[in-house]
Amino acid sequence: MGPAVNEPTGKFKSGDRVKVKFEDRPGHLRTPWYIRGKTGRIERVYGDFLNPESLAFGRDGLPKRTLYSVAFRHPDIFGKSPHAGDKVLVDIYDHWLEPML
Amino acid sequence: MSDDHGHEHPKHELSYYAKRIYAIRDLLLEKGVITEKDIQCQVEYQEARSPANGAKLVSRAWVDPAFKRRFIADPKAACAEMGIDATAINEFVVLENTEKVRHMVVCTLCSCYPRPILGRPPDWYKSFNYRQRAVADPRGVMREFGLELPDDVEVRVHDSTADIRYIVLPLRPRGTEGWSEMDLAKLVTRDSMIGVMDPLPAIPD
Repeated sequence: MGPAVNEPTGKFKSGDRVKVKFEDRPGHLRTPWYIRGKTGRIERVYGDFLNPESLAFGRDGLPKRTLYSVAFRHPDIFGKSPHAGDKVLVDIYDHWLEPML
Repeated sequence: MSDDHGHEHPKHELSYYAKRIYAIRDLLLEKGVITEKDIQCQVEYQEARSPANGAKLVSRAWVDPAFKRRFIADPKAACAEMGIDATAINEFVVLENTEKVRHMVVCTLCSCYPRPILGRPPDWYKSFNYRQRAVADPRGVMREFGLELPDDVEVRVHDSTADIRYIVLPLRPRGTEGWSEMDLAKLVTRDSMIGVMDPLPAIPD
């Protein structure tokens, strides 16, 4: 990934604990089911991107949404896991995330 | 549409989807939306993209630490430097394997894949089986590719659900000190850049 062009507008920074919204609605949703409602940690802030959930319907994708790589520990997704340190990292847009205090 | 409209159709029995694709192609040509030349150019462009591009980048990163730093910091610029056209990728991230951390790439929503660098994805990459098991049981998937990971190695599976495309920078195989870039590139398999297995060993088993 190249150098950041603009300061990301999103709510979170690297290291923040977040919860993925458990949401469903008609349309083009880019957050996989298996992490909805799960908690993870912001691994990396990628910057602002046109919103694909709007682009998918021929709209302009604005406002841009900050995209993060969010790390989930295996046990936080699947419950018991023999490899508790293993992680799944999912690219998620800002509007799908809420802070975990 | 008649059978006589300027280009060949395959002679064997076509599947439902293949028939549909040919019908759409014929309509696009008939209505002048695209030309035969456009299709030919696109086929050539698609064919030119192959895992050989990724292998060039990886082997250069193995022999040249300064290039490796640039490749990780700004992969698209590093591609341009090597004469590889990665402009079709929106954003591009290099995941560096270490002795303690192993990366693996999947797209659970569809089949997102760094095509300019790795060409077309293998069929298994697009299968429901891989997309489900890469997340739930990555070590089991790696085992099937012949890679048994020790417990103290952390597995990081990257689900490329958005604008980012990932490539794994695998560890350089032991026993390859002093090898040329060209010989090293032969060890860099497509699957090692998806992260499901290691590059080929220096001395074949």
